[in-house]
Amino acid sequence: MGSALSQSEAVDYVAETVTRSVKLLVAGNFGVGKTTFVGSVSEIKPLRTEETITEASVGVDDLAGLDGKTQTTVAMDFGRITVSAQLALYLFGTPGQRRFLPMWDDLSKGALGALVLVDTRRLDHADEVLAVLEERGVPFAVAVNEFDGATRYALEEIREALDLDPATPLTSVDARDRATCVRALITLVEFLFHRLESRP
Amino acid sequence: MSRPRRDPDLVRAYVRTGGRSRATRDLDLVTLVVTAKNPPKSNVTPQTMPPDSRRVMGLCSRHGALSIAEIAAYLDLPPSVVRIVVSDLMDAGHVDSPVPAETMPELSMLEEVLHGLRALAV
Repeated sequence: MGSALSQSEAVDYVAETVTRSVKLLVAGNFGVGKTTFVGSVSEIKPLRTEETITEASVGVDDLAGLDGKTQTTVAMDFGRITVSAQLALYLFGTPGQRRFLPMWDDLSKGALGALVLVDTRRLDHADEVLAVLEERGVPFAVAVNEFDGATRYALEEIREALDLDPATPLTSVDARDRATCVRALITLVEFLFHRLESRP
Repeated sequence: MSRPRRDPDLVRAYVRTGGRSRATRDLDLVTLVVTAKNPPKSNVTPQTMPPDSRRVMGLCSRHGALSIAEIAAYLDLPPSVVRIVVSDLMDAGHVDSPVPAETMPELSMLEEVLHGLRALAV
């Protein structure tokens, strides 16, 4: 049959006992460290997949037909953590921009929640990601990726700058450091758990 | 004649999936796929399948699943195409999703994720 694979690495199958899968999103803008984060916590070498989408264009009449729309390729990097003998957790690096909305539909459906990575040097860029998650009803926590050389701010200042709900967890990570990334995921999942538990 | 050509990837996806743009099943990016334990008794074998189906069959295993997203990444196909191909293979009985022993409420699922992550943190 020849080699079926185009990514030349060996295939990492999910353990045979695993029968369930769930997903979390790692959302944020270009360059905020999503891919690094996913790579730090994933048990497999992160994989990449690309989808061709029709960009959601603002102020353009969609009825104009195909010629009026823009086709774009969006890449997603993702990784996997087998969290128990039965359950695999997938983490999808998700581009934050609103123009990738068609991609968001696919990713957010069935997602347990999202960890939003922000960069203190470009905090305003996070607004769009946060708005899209809120619109879609995807619960989220926020993690500041502490880049070398970026000014450090108190988390409370960042909370205010991002206008976060007091209940939204806010932590800091170094996307290159596995331990801080795992802690941020724990913070997110604890939040998701208590949120669901306290629901009437 | 001077009209710009459409994105060849789009055309390719359309042709490759037999002219369909929708999958027959509602498969998620993380839906797990395994080779069926009891393959259908028919003349259709991986050797006689269309190329993309053949590649999916060549990648999938009976011992350990791969998600739709993983299949897409390994075969360098858009997830939307993999969904259609896998849907067809499921309809024909060539591949399956593993069946969990019992249903699990979302809260228990979150608890299991939390336990797993905490075990990684120590």
